[in-house]
Amino acid sequence: MQRATLDLWVGLFVMAGIAALMVLSLKVGNLDTYNGSDTYVVRGNFENIGGLKVRAPVKSSGVVVGRVANIQFSTKTYDAIVTMNIERRYQFPKDTFASILTSGLLGEQYIGLDAGGDEAMLKEGDTIMKTNSALVLEEMIGRFLFDKASDDNAF
Amino acid sequence: MPKRIIAGIQRVGHSTIEGIRRLGHATRFFLLVLLKSGTSLRRFNLVIRELFYVGVLSLIIIVVSGLFVGMVLGLQGYETLQKYGSESAVGTLVALSLVRELGPVVAALLFASRAGSAITAEIGLMKATEQLSAMGMMAVDPVARVVAPRFWAGVISMPLLAAIFSVMGVFGGYLVAVVFIGVDAGSFWSQMQSNVDFRIDILNGFIKSCFFGVAVTAIAVFEGYDSPPTAEGVSGATTRTVVTSSLVILGLDFILTAFMFRGL
Repeated sequence: MQRATLDLWVGLFVMAGIAALMVLSLKVGNLDTYNGSDTYVVRGNFENIGGLKVRAPVKSSGVVVGRVANIQFSTKTYDAIVTMNIERRYQFPKDTFASILTSGLLGEQYIGLDAGGDEAMLKEGDTIMKTNSALVLEEMIGRFLFDKASDDNAF
Repeated sequence: MPKRIIAGIQRVGHSTIEGIRRLGHATRFFLLVLLKSGTSLRRFNLVIRELFYVGVLSLIIIVVSGLFVGMVLGLQGYETLQKYGSESAVGTLVALSLVRELGPVVAALLFASRAGSAITAEIGLMKATEQLSAMGMMAVDPVARVVAPRFWAGVISMPLLAAIFSVMGVFGGYLVAVVFIGVDAGSFWSQMQSNVDFRIDILNGFIKSCFFGVAVTAIAVFEGYDSPPTAEGVSGATTRTVVTSSLVILGLDFILTAFMFRGL
């Protein structure tokens, strides 16, 4: 086989291998893969986000309308600040209710938006005022046991 | 009767000694190849020629098998996960099993049967037709000229092939889960990305494939160089390459996994 052809094929092979390593570390490992559709940013402060992760879906009536872009912890208010990218074609009223929900019993967590009745719409950089934290199973069980114990003591 | 028992014990002893002798022989040969690698690394064209035969020609089998392994993983993973309502975790399942285990191991098994057997047969036949002795007569060291380039070509191409295998597998899983079945693409990628760690999963998988590359090619070149110079001998050596490398890959995989993911 000709030297040039040989070099070409080996070059292609090595480049394909390195490209595969890059894809593994960037696309599978991490790094933003957002598909770049037109979005606006909305923030929400949650008391407890449970197991919410970056890039989790934001849904309204079950339809994916955006994604979680960033999750940070605020040392001023001691709660979590969740930044969401919401597609521009979906506009929500200012008094929209955001809650962290779970798909299925063991599924991943997402943010559910329930539209309110306000005339004004959420704009770029606005903060959702009404939020509902994730349900943490241990807290629920703890509260249930506590209630049960106090009920029993009443008699 | 005691004579037959003694003969049986002798047979066990003989095969033990033979096995250890061969192991020592293989280790010395491996060190010799490393020692004489200087020429092939200086004349890198020799390695590039072998990279074509070892790496490029293995691409098709690696790409096709990777794609199908990923598709099967996607299908089976979905079938089980949808019972628990967590079908969006199928991306994590496909990516983790490929990057950690299946990518390096299956790619190495395929590599042993595709490229390892070819290396053994080629070197064995060169020995049987006395090409290696002829080289020695011309003061060309056959280990430096024939064996070392093949060894390095195998060591270089194995991690690349394993990475290509994993990527094709993830793509196959994506095809089945997202395109055919209809799992949400965002959840597929987001769950995968939040659960696959660069250092723990991808880097360790890469290290694994490097180990496998050294093991498979070292076995292949040794079996070829050590084969009896007959048609039967070469065929036996080729078979031994595939069997021994497969067993070594699986054993080594267990040891490496124990060290990497259990932190022994």
